[in-house]
Amino acid sequence: MKHLAFAAGVMMTATAAFAEKPELVVYTYDSFVSDWGPGPAVEAAFEEDCDCDLKFVAAGDGAALLARLRLEGARSDADVVLGLDTSLTAAARATGLFAPHAVEAEFDLPVPWQDDVFVPYDWGYFAFVHNVGLEAPTSFRALADSDLKIVIQDPRSSTPGLGLLMWVKAAYGDEAAGIWKGLADNIVTVTRGWSEAYGLFLDGEADMVLSYTTSPAYHLIAEKDASKTAAAFDEGHYMQVEVAAKLAASDHPELADRFLQFMVSEAFQSIIPTTNWMYPAVTPKAGLPEGFDGLIRPARSLLLPEDEAAALRDAALAEWRDALSQ
Amino acid sequence: MARRAQPVGAGPGIGAAAAVGALILGSLAAVFLRAEAGRGLGPADWAAVRFTVLQATLSAAISVGLAVPVARALARRRFVGRRALIALMGAPFILPVIVAVLGLLSVFGRSGWVSQALGWFGLPPLSIYGLHGVVLAHVFFNLPLATRLILQGWQEIPAERFRLAAQLGAGPGEIRRLLERPMLARVVPGALAVVFAICLTSFAVALTLGGGPRATTIELAIYQAFRFDFDLGRAALLSSIQILLTSAAALLALKAARHEGPGAGLDRPVQRWDANGAGLVAQDAALIGLATLFLALPLAAIIARGVPGILSLPAGVWRAALTSVEVAAGSTALLLMLALPMAATVATGRRAGVELAGMLGLAASPLVIGTGLFIIINPLADPRALALPVTALVNAVMALPFALRILVPRACEVVARHGRLALALDMGGWPFVRRVLLPRMRPQIGFAAGLAAALSMGDLGVIALFADPDRATLPLQVWRLMGAYRMETAAGAALLLLCLSMAAFWLLDRGGRFHAEA
Repeated sequence: MKHLAFAAGVMMTATAAFAEKPELVVYTYDSFVSDWGPGPAVEAAFEEDCDCDLKFVAAGDGAALLARLRLEGARSDADVVLGLDTSLTAAARATGLFAPHAVEAEFDLPVPWQDDVFVPYDWGYFAFVHNVGLEAPTSFRALADSDLKIVIQDPRSSTPGLGLLMWVKAAYGDEAAGIWKGLADNIVTVTRGWSEAYGLFLDGEADMVLSYTTSPAYHLIAEKDASKTAAAFDEGHYMQVEVAAKLAASDHPELADRFLQFMVSEAFQSIIPTTNWMYPAVTPKAGLPEGFDGLIRPARSLLLPEDEAAALRDAALAEWRDALSQ
Repeated sequence: MARRAQPVGAGPGIGAAAAVGALILGSLAAVFLRAEAGRGLGPADWAAVRFTVLQATLSAAISVGLAVPVARALARRRFVGRRALIALMGAPFILPVIVAVLGLLSVFGRSGWVSQALGWFGLPPLSIYGLHGVVLAHVFFNLPLATRLILQGWQEIPAERFRLAAQLGAGPGEIRRLLERPMLARVVPGALAVVFAICLTSFAVALTLGGGPRATTIELAIYQAFRFDFDLGRAALLSSIQILLTSAAALLALKAARHEGPGAGLDRPVQRWDANGAGLVAQDAALIGLATLFLALPLAAIIARGVPGILSLPAGVWRAALTSVEVAAGSTALLLMLALPMAATVATGRRAGVELAGMLGLAASPLVIGTGLFIIINPLADPRALALPVTALVNAVMALPFALRILVPRACEVVARHGRLALALDMGGWPFVRRVLLPRMRPQIGFAAGLAAALSMGDLGVIALFADPDRATLPLQVWRLMGAYRMETAAGAALLLLCLSMAAFWLLDRGGRFHAEA
């Protein structure tokens, strides 16, 4: 009985001590918090001097994240959401769940960034990744004329897939449907998400896969494998910018602001390249890790404004479906 | 007609069926209630419905059509490794979809083994992508399951029947007509309905092997409605179509199936005197050989891919493996608590409602069920804290249709044979269950439990929405590894998952047969 009373006492003290530190809840996608993702290092670095408990909650991928926030509405525990991207910001903004930020930073994005709600933390270019030695096409037209086989992701279920849809639309406008018709015989298959497509490519099912210009850096740095590279397209490459935002219903708005400011700081940004395999939004003073310098840097960066992209989406999707269903 | 007195009460089974129905339909209703006015169903959605029904019908017909001869061959032959082969038949079914697809493509893909072999003869590579690819993958997943369900039908024909048939000089043709056809008429409709229901909610397999947006299924449309448009109403509407289609299939199967069993025997080991002709032996050997190759090659590919990674798995994978084993154990216990009373109730003649409730778990979209449960749980408790119990529960409900297909025929037989005597001895209720019903259903309980454990181990199901970063299940961990370029580690973790699932299946299935085989 004594032991029980003692245990209960300890538990209560522990709970009390725990409650003194504010808890900042950050919703993010799965791969951010995995053992090999940026999560653990970010958590340690932020907790060093915030006198708080940073808690990551993972919810699938970016789209699942937004769906979850919409399900929870203003009742959500989340203070910050980290992991939406430029294809989701229009819908996210329309929910009215997010509050303006107060972050100041010199972003190293290839396009000007002005947004009072969403703060970028990393970015990348979509690109077709292939093995070194392949005579890679230099445009969508050249790809459509070639016999090369590609694997892409479904724009209805995956962000890279949607990125490709916008890439073709941004580069070709009204001619996009013709491009898709030309590509139809090059497409081996369309997968639900990035993992399946990349897995198929590594297994040799296709010559090229839709991924990022930074993908070869993973193979080079983590696997010491220099056999992968990305094809540079003359039309330019479509961008994906990953962003975070503060929730309007946050219990700890100051702490949330502090986290967003920390997110664009040296400590956070230097973790990104070799854990999230994307370009940091603010280049660290030491520069990018070795292996990133060999990557292709597109001459033109494409990114449709979010409202334009949202307005185009349904029509672009119908074009895509019709061209590939024949 | 007045109901005959029965040795077991129908209450617990009806209660379990009602609970399952409430869980599925309640989640669906929660999604409907939470929905704002959205878009109705467009032409693209109806195209998805048409394609889904087409591929599910083809997949079910071909899986079961092939399973009948394979099961017959297995039923009338005894050979070394037969038991291992039957255990192996659990494997394709329990693999995470993405792992199985990569395994299949290692064999049948553009640069797969078959295409390479064709290349030696100067032939072009195999083109797997299209409706035929979707059906091939679904047959790979479901042929083994259908074979085992039908094989069980053969095992339920008492040995005495074959003995009598042999004494009367019946050849394979007469045995087929007198013993096998009636048994098939009883077993096949249920197997067809189950396979149809599984294929109805297929998504990643259909899309990847279908080669593009032609292969859009209802489940993909649900995914799109939920994630892209956050149109919960449309997601729930589409899921209702899935439920209607599955219910229709289940009702057809119930109507088509003939109920009277093969009658009682003395549980003697089966001996067969028919089918000893060289032609039939060669035919059976060829069938068993081909089926084994079809199943074993992709599995061999998965094993070959996984071996390099399995030796250096990170600690997180082992933690996840432990979590998965716990979830599987909980799910199996829950499944038996639901399935046994339901099977007993069906055996006492109250069929349709209970059987239909049992099919619901397969019929509804996992995404919609997960969302509905999330909507219900979120105001009451932290969904993260309940992630594992909810996963175990949903997995149990999804395994229920299989468990009922396995348990119901035997339960019917036991009640029919021993029920009257038990009642005459005034041994109804719990004593009947404990002393007569359960001991006689041991092999079936073992098989059902094994399947449930293995299924639960491999299922990604609803965990994604509830996920807690610290307590991932093994399939979720495989998925995360693949999403982070770590394909080799993912392949190793997938192999570990395959081993664990097979071990759970084998242990439980074997445990049920302990002492039982002569």
